[in-house]
Amino acid sequence: MGRFGFYGEGIPGLGLEDLKGRLIVLEGTDGVGRSTHVALLKRWLENNGRAVLDTAMTRSALAGKRLRRAKKGHTLGAITMSLFYATDFADRLEKEMIPALRAGLVVLTDRYIYSLMARAIVRGIDPDWIKEVYGFALKPDAVLYLRVSVDDLVTRVLQGAGFDHWESGMDLHLGDDMYDSFVEYQTRMLSVFDKMVEGFGFEVIDAARSIEEVFDDLKSRVSRLLAPRARSVKSLG
Amino acid sequence: MKMYGKHRFPGRLFVVEGIDGSGKSTQLSLLHNWLESEGYVAFFSEWNSSPLVRDVTQRGKKKRMLTPTTFSLIHATDFADRTEHHIIPPLKAGAVVLADRYVYTAFARDVVRGVKPEWVRNLYGLAVKPTVAFYFRISLDEAMSRILAGRKALKFHEAGMDLGLSGDIKESFRIFQGRVIEEYEKMVEEFGLVVIDATLPIEEQQAQVRQIVTQALTGTKKTRIRRWVDLASMVKGSPG
Repeated sequence: MGRFGFYGEGIPGLGLEDLKGRLIVLEGTDGVGRSTHVALLKRWLENNGRAVLDTAMTRSALAGKRLRRAKKGHTLGAITMSLFYATDFADRLEKEMIPALRAGLVVLTDRYIYSLMARAIVRGIDPDWIKEVYGFALKPDAVLYLRVSVDDLVTRVLQGAGFDHWESGMDLHLGDDMYDSFVEYQTRMLSVFDKMVEGFGFEVIDAARSIEEVFDDLKSRVSRLLAPRARSVKSLG
Repeated sequence: MKMYGKHRFPGRLFVVEGIDGSGKSTQLSLLHNWLESEGYVAFFSEWNSSPLVRDVTQRGKKKRMLTPTTFSLIHATDFADRTEHHIIPPLKAGAVVLADRYVYTAFARDVVRGVKPEWVRNLYGLAVKPTVAFYFRISLDEAMSRILAGRKALKFHEAGMDLGLSGDIKESFRIFQGRVIEEYEKMVEEFGLVVIDATLPIEEQQAQVRQIVTQALTGTKKTRIRRWVDLASMVKGSPG
């Protein structure tokens, strides 16, 4: 028996016995610093002799490009968008993550099904429906949930690229302008994420701290996760 | 989000199902012309036709990138886009929507490709339940001889070649479509599909279809759309 399991029906014809790697998920709302920490963790693990695959949304060979293009238009409905993301995710899971796990790599993923489910749920999609759609997803070894308040998010967005159409949930018509909409949308997203913490076993990480502090926290958690196998690699962290 | 069976719209939705070569598209097109001549607003929607998604499916098929899971998901994405744009709005407006293939196509094909029946049924929970779903029943031999008479070759996915059932495309088609037929037959009762004998003469099948559609159209909005207007005659004459 392998360590991995599926959330639901699984993937037709796929056995999990030979998956030797580790699947580590970084989750959190937009602008919380996930991608920065994925990049840092990857370098740190590689410096320690670990082979790492990193992946993120809309990077699939099958649907990534077309999905990014569809998001630039104005005709993408909520259900269609959810399923388009599910397709992109499934392609990356089957073609990137699972082969990497089979080869014994550490897979770091910037977001997983939780973000995709949260986006669907705040758009009025039936939670049970979208949860069952993702029944083909693997249960990861850890979900590291980077959490900050909406106020902190606003500051970060202003220091970064500014408000984005989708990150502000503009398709939901929640406010008079992007700021109002952003605050309302991200508040709703946070509340959906917070409700997932227990059910999906998220490890909550206070991401309001400095980047060094957050990264140290992440490193110690990842070290613990890799510990039984880390002996031969020697002293991670 | 409303789920299958829970939508309530003033319009009507008629769908045709059956394996390739069953003649369902011909029947739907005859029905379409007739409905328009009777004064109904008929709106046609075809499987795999979403402008946002279609090229992903085509490329995925061509490059053999699809697995049973992604095959199922990309078709569901296409279907969702059509539902959100081409099915629900016209039904709300009271139109007659005609669909060439519907969720049952996915239920049949995807299950044969190995996905769980419950999973794919949940996936298409977003669908509007049709007013009537016609299933054009035909034998494998008859379907094959019709397809091969009409064009040179069988297509890779239509023959289920991605499943590795046989290296011979005709043999693969036979096994794959045979299993698809089995799935359709199971759905006749599960979803109350209306079976039409697709070996009957075309006119006879169409007469049966029209009779059933007519009954289901009671109370549906008829709007005679003026096909052309004689603009020249409208501006004749003098003021006062």
